[in-house]
Amino acid sequence: MLSSKADDFARKVRSCDTRGLARVLSMVENGHPLAHSILHSLYNPERSCLTIGITGPPGGGKSTLTDRLITYWRGNGNKVGVIAVDPSSPFSGGALLGDRIRMQDHASDPEVFIRSMGSRGHLGGVSGTTRDAIEVLAAASYDPVIVETIGVGQTEVEIASLADITLLVLVPGQGDEVQTMKAGIMEIGDIIVLNKADRPGIEQLEMSVSASFELIPDQAERPPVIRCSAQTGEGLDKLTDAIVSCAFSGTGRKATARKRTTLILGSIIREKGRELARKLVSDRYGSVEEAIESILEGKTTPYEIGEVLSGFLENKQENRE
Amino acid sequence: MDRKTRILIGKPGLDGHDRGAKYIARALRDAGMEVIYTGIRQTPEAIANAAIQEDVDFVGLSLLSGAHNHLFPEVARLLKEKGGSDIILFGGGVIPEEDIPGLNKAGFKTIFAPGTSAAEVVNFIEQEIQTR
Ligand SMILES: Nc1nc2c(ncn2[C@@H]2O[C@H](COP(=O)(O)OP(=O)(O)OP(=O)(O)O)[C@@H](O)[C@H]2O)c(=O)[nH]1
Ligand SMILES: [Mg+2]
Repeated sequence: MLSSKADDFARKVRSCDTRGLARVLSMVENGHPLAHSILHSLYNPERSCLTIGITGPPGGGKSTLTDRLITYWRGNGNKVGVIAVDPSSPFSGGALLGDRIRMQDHASDPEVFIRSMGSRGHLGGVSGTTRDAIEVLAAASYDPVIVETIGVGQTEVEIASLADITLLVLVPGQGDEVQTMKAGIMEIGDIIVLNKADRPGIEQLEMSVSASFELIPDQAERPPVIRCSAQTGEGLDKLTDAIVSCAFSGTGRKATARKRTTLILGSIIREKGRELARKLVSDRYGSVEEAIESILEGKTTPYEIGEVLSGFLENKQENRE
Repeated sequence: MDRKTRILIGKPGLDGHDRGAKYIARALRDAGMEVIYTGIRQTPEAIANAAIQEDVDFVGLSLLSGAHNHLFPEVARLLKEKGGSDIILFGGGVIPEEDIPGLNKAGFKTIFAPGTSAAEVVNFIEQEIQTR
């Protein structure tokens, strides 16, 4: 992994050269051949940067809330990084990335770095490279890094594994939904934010949310539920207090480093495993599509191809011995 | 490698009419591009900062209030200053024909006249990408 070009890019990231940093983020997003060498040189499992995920329904106020959180951390003298993910069109592959509109207060602040990303076909509320983009911003000493996901349905919970702290944003009118939500979605929130508290229906929302947590017998296990209005700023101090105390009550730096490393290696094994298997199938059958044709013509079955792949792994092992 | 064309659509100046800008933004998305829309009443500084951070290939500015002769060149100047001289600039809105040569000189590749169809803008982008 020694490439002086990759090292050059890594140096630009570390010294926080804005143009260079932005370029590296594109390389990571596009799967540029140097991307992994650069990440290799930047990766520090015990980095201290706090990662905050913000998820919730479309239009729930995630971007407006992000804007408020930026203000808070800028007030503490921190450099703040933001990754805002919006859905890519499954038809054209294009995307309209509009989260910056709500973050205009910080548009000319050089210590705030905001990057918009299309989900590019990845399911889970973030893009496939969001995880790597966080590492890049952390290496450029942005702390915290805030990740706004696309508006969630009920399955888009990947952010909870990427972020140190996940805020689940709910808004008035969602009370009934809360009761029918699958257990999983409520569990991803380390903090439940009841936003738009300036609007009617907030009482009802709070009641539904509290009711859904009554099933958890241990009070200490229940996540904090914070009412606020990202629009008026009311209740924001309670939210930032909750984030800060949640950050310090966490599992500790060593455990976080292990969790993060496990996650990243796990997904790299999955991605590379898939590539490797596809390559093997292509080597033998021409392409995956041609393998499918062979199966349809009755020459082989998916299971035989599976056996061939297992056979390859065993051979690999024998060769080592 | 899966490279996507990225475009920032911005509205400097004081007018709050962004229907045209949004229409173009959606058309570019439907043509497969990633469009960052930064909203109305942006300072040139904010637009240039965003363009650099978002690592866009193009910046398109729309203005109806008549301050283009000052604001458009200012965005171009700031982009250069921040290392983004390779970003291609284009503009649109209500811009008198006699102002266009000056804006071209300031670094704007093209200025679209009012009533330009979205297809023309998409065409322009696609051609520029090919000749890059
Ligand atoms: N009344 C009220 N409106 C709010 C509040 N927070 C956000 N909004 C408004 O809600 C709308 C959506 O806000 P965003 O911040 O863009 O919401 P979002 O969750 O980021 O939206 P997507 O990214 O499109 O999913 C905007 O018009 C905001 O001004 C709030 O606390 N109270
Ligand atoms: Mg948003």
